[in-house]
Formats: sequence, structure tokens, C-alpha cells
Amino acid sequence: MNDNGEKMVLAGKVDLPFSYSAGKTASRFFVELRDHQKIVGKRCPRCQRIIVPAQLFCKECFVETDEWIEVGPEGTLLTFTVVYHKENHHPREAPLAYGIIRLDGADTSIVHLLGETDVAKLEHGMRVRALFSKERKGHIMDINCFRPV
Amino acid sequence: MGKKVAIIGTGQTNHCSSREDLNEMELVYEAASAALRDAEMTIAEIDAVVLANMELFEGRALHDMWCGEGGGAFMKHSFKISTGGTSGTSGAISGYYHAASGLFDRVMVVGFEKHSDGNTSAGMALTDPFWDRHVAAAAIGNFALSVSEYMADRGVTQEQSAKVAVKARRNACNNPHAHLQMPDLTVKEVLESPVLAYPVHRLEMCPQSDGACAIIFASEEIAKKRCPRPAWVRAAVTRHDHIYLGEVKNRLATMRSLREAARVAYETVGIREPLKEFDVAEIYDPLTYAEIAWYEALGFCKDGEGGRLIDDGITQMDGELPVNPSGGVISTNPVGASGTIRVAEAALQIHGRGGKRQIPDVNLALATGYGVYCWSDVVILSSRPD
Repeated sequence: MNDNGEKMVLAGKVDLPFSYSAGKTASRFFVELRDHQKIVGKRCPRCQRIIVPAQLFCKECFVETDEWIEVGPEGTLLTFTVVYHKENHHPREAPLAYGIIRLDGADTSIVHLLGETDVAKLEHGMRVRALFSKERKGHIMDINCFRPV
Repeated sequence: MGKKVAIIGTGQTNHCSSREDLNEMELVYEAASAALRDAEMTIAEIDAVVLANMELFEGRALHDMWCGEGGGAFMKHSFKISTGGTSGTSGAISGYYHAASGLFDRVMVVGFEKHSDGNTSAGMALTDPFWDRHVAAAAIGNFALSVSEYMADRGVTQEQSAKVAVKARRNACNNPHAHLQMPDLTVKEVLESPVLAYPVHRLEMCPQSDGACAIIFASEEIAKKRCPRPAWVRAAVTRHDHIYLGEVKNRLATMRSLREAARVAYETVGIREPLKEFDVAEIYDPLTYAEIAWYEALGFCKDGEGGRLIDDGITQMDGELPVNPSGGVISTNPVGASGTIRVAEAALQIHGRGGKRQIPDVNLALATGYGVYCWSDVVILSSRPD
């Protein structure tokens, strides 16, 4: 038995289905997006922060949030980047811009794509507005992107 | 030797096949909140959080990242334990180590699994890529391989196996958190259920559940101050055997990881006759045959007598050693939480907070975990600190 020095590398690919429960709070957030084109948060009864997207509980105070509050659809672009490299799992073809947006009336920010603009015109602190998708399914991509006002 | 540590609070979600009302992090939050209420504590008092979960079952990497805040881990010392089915007991043992080290006084452990987000075959499909993945058929098939061998070796019958299923699902009726509650289940029905993998029938196997369970460990001073009847951790032992089934001889009959973990734990506490000395046991029974095999491995009886224990009703609620008053894993199985539930249920029995499933006067309780193909954890809790 001679060792011919060959080294094996096995290819692997696994096809696995998943079905993620959003839970009652995120479900309502998605329904508001889909049916009413509204972005909603919830207020923490202790620290009073309006948390967006809506969360069942305040992660800082560890108590359930209570009051539902509509925010946006305009807000302030806190930061952004433009991604030029390509990856299979990117949501859109590069170059793609995305950022962190503090919606009007909210105390936390939402991460989303930036579009309908020349990326060279993006600026920190600029005003942006949600552009809702025509076909909405109850999904974060029911907001197509945020675009400069 | 570590410092004295006790469990002072536990909390569970209601477990079922799909908790659509909560996402995975919210399940963790529900259990953690329940444990805080049970211990009459606030999250601010907790100084470390340990999370326990299976890898990949729900199609998320880094569960501690996505679910840690549900356990109150925001701005706290926190990390995750993942050891397959033993994750929940290993997480509890890690929580114990944290407190026993003297570095942390109040430690929250949360085991969790949201099976409905994915399925067990997801994780099992990503086992060893060279030897396992292409030839073995996941958890049920791998178990069935050992079951037929065990039956032949020890003479355990299908009827004895079915009696374990009936006991478990009837006990589960006393547990408001349990998933499969079947008050009228019969041996005949168990044996008439479909064969999943020869010789294992569907009703002999654990379900897949959504659920979470939290435990709060405390240092001696805090436990005495905050809990009227603390459940003191007297032993916590983990043993891992070979991982390739071809290297393990007669797995269910020998189960040397469980035998060795039990031997060390019993020696630590000074237990000579486990059947007589334990008041209750919550053992990790992924299927009925395993429960009978564990009776033997844990020294409740001699090898070959496991079937007789179930025939004679020794492990029933009113028997000499009630095993799994909660209904066990056969009735409720959110995998990453299943081991945590065993430890929590054992603690609950010592706390005297077992409700309809309470065994009278529990002073010494056993909890075990079973994981991967043959890994074991053994935890012994007592009403006395030493």
C-alpha cells in the first residue's frame, strides 16, 4: 500500500428549510407595514424610550413594552456606507448603500438600504424618507429603501 | 472544592410544538422573567448569564448574540454553552461553576430551543462530513441502532418500553408546562403507533418542542437570605465518550459516560444505594428504552433489571423512586432547554413548588443530561448544604 500523496477535499452543500416565528410583536410591526405602510414602535413604560422596530420587551429595563406608537416615515441618516464588493448573500447587487436611520419620533434607529439617489450625494445627518414597496408581504423589505427627501 | 451554591429560583415557558406568539429571543425572555419572579429578584441583581442551546436547529448562528438579551445579558458577563442534548445540563453546570468559583454571586442560566423555526435534521445534517453525514439517519436512526442491540442484550420487551411512554405522558398531565399530556394513553396505542426506525415507535420517542427554562444559582450567603428552602448543588459531573458510534461498544447497555459521571457524583455526596437514597429523579430520556437503560447505568437496579423497575411500578409517582414527575423529555423536548428543565424540576421538588407533580418531602434529587451520541451530565441537589 503506497501513499500517492493525494489529499481529499470534500464538497458540501446542505439544503435546509426554516420557518422563523416573528412572534406577536414583530408580527404586528410587519402587518402595519404591509397593510397600512406604517412604521411602528413600542414605548418602554420604565425608561420611556420608543423602540423601533417594535419589541416585546425593553432590553435595558427588562420589562414589557406597552404603548404602540407610529414613527417616521421620515428620519435622519445617522451613518451610511456604500458596499462595492460582491457577495452571494447581499440583498442587492453591489454597489449598494445602506445606513442607520433615526426615524422621527423614535429613540432607537433602524438599519436599512438607501436608494433612489446618486450614492455620492449621501451625507451624514441628511433627511431621508421610507419608500414602500408596491407589493408588500409583511416583511422588512416592504420598505424598498430610504431615499433622500 | 468550590464554594457552596444553591438554586433559588426556576422558570419555564409553556412548551408546545409551536409558540407562534413569541420569537426565539422572546421565549428566552419569558423563562428568564419567570425565574426572576420565582426568586423574587430583579435583573439588576444578576451578575452573570449563561445561555444553552443546540447549534443550527433554528437556522441561526451565534444564538448568544441573537437571544442573549432575552436572558437579561445586556451589559453583563455572558456566554453560551453548546454540547448537543446535554447543552441544558452543561449550561446549568456552567452556571454552578460560575457561582462556585466565588467570582459571581447570582447567575442566570437559560436553556432554550425554538424547534418550530427549523427541525432536528437541520443540525444533524451538519454532523461529521467524512464518516457520519452520508451513512447515518439522524437522531432516531442512530438511537434505533442501539435499541435493538440493548433489547437483545438485556431482554427488555416492547411492552416495558411502552409502559415508560404511558408513565411519562400521564405524569405530564400534572405539569402545566408539559407539551404532550396524554391521560388515557395505553401500552397498546404506543405499540400501534408508526415505527419511525425499527424497533422504535413514534410514541416511544420524544417530541420536538418550543420552549425555554431558566435557573438562578446563588452563593451561600445570598441563598440563605433569599430562599426559604434552597436546592444545594452537591455534585455536578460531565463525561464525554467517543463520538464515532463505531468506537462505542453496546452503547445503551454500557453507557459508560453516565455510569462514570454517576459514580463520581455518588462518591462526592456519599450515595451508596441510589434507589433508596434519592427522593426523586429527573433523568434525560430521549426515548423510552433509554429511560430503562439509564435505570441500570444510574445503579437504580442491577444490569438486566431495568424492565422490572417499570413492571413493578418502582419509578411511578407513588413508587419507591419517582422518575420524571414532570413527564420527562419523552413528553417535552425543547432540546437546548431539556437538560435545564431536568435540573429545574429537581430543584422545584426540593423547593416544594412542584404543584400537582410535587413528591412529598424531597431532600435529595437527581438530574441527568444526555447529549450527542453518548455524552452525560449528572447533577445532585439536596435540601442540605453539606
